[in-house]
Amino acid sequence: MTTSVVTGPERQTTGRSWSLPSSLHHINRHGRLTTMVLFLPPALLLFTIFVVIPIGEAGFLGFFKWNGYGEVTDFVGTRNYEFLAGQRVFKSALFNTGLVILVSILVQLPLALGMAMFLAQRIRGSYFFRTIFFLPFILAEVATGLIWRFIYDGEFGLVSAIWGVFGAEAPFVLAERGLAMYAIMAVVVWKYFGFHMMIYIAGLQNIPRDLIDAAKVDGATRWQVTRYVTLPLLKPTIMISVFFAVLGSLQLFDLVMPLTGGGPSNSSHTIVTYLYQFGIVRLRIGFGSAVGVVLFFICLVFALLYRRNLFKQA
Amino acid sequence: MNRLFAVPFAIAGAMAIGHGAALAETTVKWLHIEAVPANQAAWEQLARDYEAQNPDVTIEMQFLENEAFKAKLTTILQSDDRPDIFYSWGGGVFEAQVEAGVLRDIDDIMQDGWADTLSPAAVNAFTYDGKIYGAPMLVSQVGFWYNKELFAQAGVNAEDIQTWDDLLTAVQTIKDAGITPIAAGGADKWPLHFYWTHLAIRLGGKAGFEAAVGGEGFNGETFVKAGELFNQLNALEPYQRGYLANTYPEAAGYFGDGNAAMHFMGNWDYNVQRSNSVSKEGIPDDNLGWFPFPSVEGGVGEPTDTLGGINGWIFSKDASDEAVEFMRFFTNQENQRMMGREGFFIPVAKGAADEMQNPFFRQVSENISASNYHQIFYDQMLGPDVGRVVNDISADLAAGVITPEEAAEAVHEAWEFEN
Repeated sequence: MTTSVVTGPERQTTGRSWSLPSSLHHINRHGRLTTMVLFLPPALLLFTIFVVIPIGEAGFLGFFKWNGYGEVTDFVGTRNYEFLAGQRVFKSALFNTGLVILVSILVQLPLALGMAMFLAQRIRGSYFFRTIFFLPFILAEVATGLIWRFIYDGEFGLVSAIWGVFGAEAPFVLAERGLAMYAIMAVVVWKYFGFHMMIYIAGLQNIPRDLIDAAKVDGATRWQVTRYVTLPLLKPTIMISVFFAVLGSLQLFDLVMPLTGGGPSNSSHTIVTYLYQFGIVRLRIGFGSAVGVVLFFICLVFALLYRRNLFKQA
Repeated sequence: MNRLFAVPFAIAGAMAIGHGAALAETTVKWLHIEAVPANQAAWEQLARDYEAQNPDVTIEMQFLENEAFKAKLTTILQSDDRPDIFYSWGGGVFEAQVEAGVLRDIDDIMQDGWADTLSPAAVNAFTYDGKIYGAPMLVSQVGFWYNKELFAQAGVNAEDIQTWDDLLTAVQTIKDAGITPIAAGGADKWPLHFYWTHLAIRLGGKAGFEAAVGGEGFNGETFVKAGELFNQLNALEPYQRGYLANTYPEAAGYFGDGNAAMHFMGNWDYNVQRSNSVSKEGIPDDNLGWFPFPSVEGGVGEPTDTLGGINGWIFSKDASDEAVEFMRFFTNQENQRMMGREGFFIPVAKGAADEMQNPFFRQVSENISASNYHQIFYDQMLGPDVGRVVNDISADLAAGVITPEEAAEAVHEAWEFEN
């Protein structure tokens, strides 16, 4: 592996001395073909093994009743999908996932952007706060979940202490069907906004200083500079960040499990925790695969539409 | 000691001659879910003792928390790193494992005198299709643990709680006295499913359950009524605040700290409420009481019918003979006696329960002996899928989001989906 990487560039420069057929020789201009032959197979192989085959398998298993053991024989047609469509908990899981996406885009990203604009300036303490806000992102998801589970505890947690100051009895937010999902979303925002903030800071630092100076010389107000110079130039970065936020929300799992595990009484499931609890834990791998297929198509449709409509403009 | 070791030794010796390879160092991987430190220490000791007696065997103990164990087991069993021995509650989950071919049967070794040392009902719980697959270890019963001091404070007498209505009255009285009536680990759901299940047992009796799994399903009157009665209790809001976010261990600790008057749980809670309390002492014996699930007016189930478990150890498909022999040692009469004497649980080896000192366990042991119908936990009995649905609907009923009809229908639907 190491040798091929080292010899790659050399071959590029000496490519002409090779005895390639002339047609290939033409394609291999600048060593493109060599690069492709060398670098494509490993990636393609990994992609096939870990992405294409599992997706194909899930698609196949989605039509079977299979408990994960032994032979796959019990073909049930579209029954898994029909069952899924009729399930109350799945609908609420879809709704919750949608809610997480909305909150990510409408709350988390503006917050991250605001912080980034503030902290991208060379002001005292900006490095310190960048680090502070980025720290939650570094924390492992499960650890975060457990910490917040404690914070939310209505008896001993931070939330109850705050309520106690006002002499009130704190609610057990994770035990309330109407609140648990929002409590989870608060943690999501807390944990990931630092990551998006960092992306924005990087984007902001790429904006040439003279453009902003020029706008100021032309008499633009601070708001106008932001609105007409900074934001348009930041658009590619924002697009990337939205993309991450949405796909991250669709895959939200490891934060929810320690916090509520989808409870109380299955009210805070996301698509993935639903898949886990109702597919894997219950030994209904076929059914779980059907959920996986649905999730896959949601992701796929989003990715395609997003690329087509937004990246192009950007 | 020597006499008891003689049999396993002879067998191990015979096998060593048969397969020369068996003499080589064998590691037995043993996956357990025992979280009470005293029990863990005793088990560890037995494992070390066995290793001392069998220098060519190494016992590797692995621990997983109850819920994590259930969730991961399917995957673990199909990995190359699977344990040789792991915990089982019998029932439908166990049967699914047998059907899937991931278990090793131990029929020949069991028939070789081992089964005779155990209670037939316990052996039966791990028999499927005429073959014995598991080594049963303990029986348990679910009932109401209560805190005598808090009962006295509220002016409630446990002996007066004979019927479901009595229980409701008691709960209301305790609540009026400003005490949390019942601790519940609602986040784990299964602690709540005991209510729905036990009500169904009282309402329908053995015949009710047999008719349901025999083809009638779970949307009949018995199961709707179980939900209705359960809701009568839920309407009183008897549980600790935030119970739907509390796991079983948390609820056990809550009860053990003396914060709730009752905990509806299996007899194992005797130890768990201790180890999970702040003081690690739990409620002292003289302050702790136990009463069985009350009877239900109009129910055809007998008041002596019990809900509980018969738990034991089963073996993954390539488990070594050494693993089976170790379990034979671990669950032999002497060790079972010791475990009963130490109050870890109610052992199933014949006569092993006689030496139990723990008065509660003695009582439970008598209850189970007197019971004509010992129902294994629904969530294990009905298999991994339907069982979980029973847990779900129990939590949903407690949370007040579905009606008793919807609850019964959901279980029925899942059961039909499976059958």
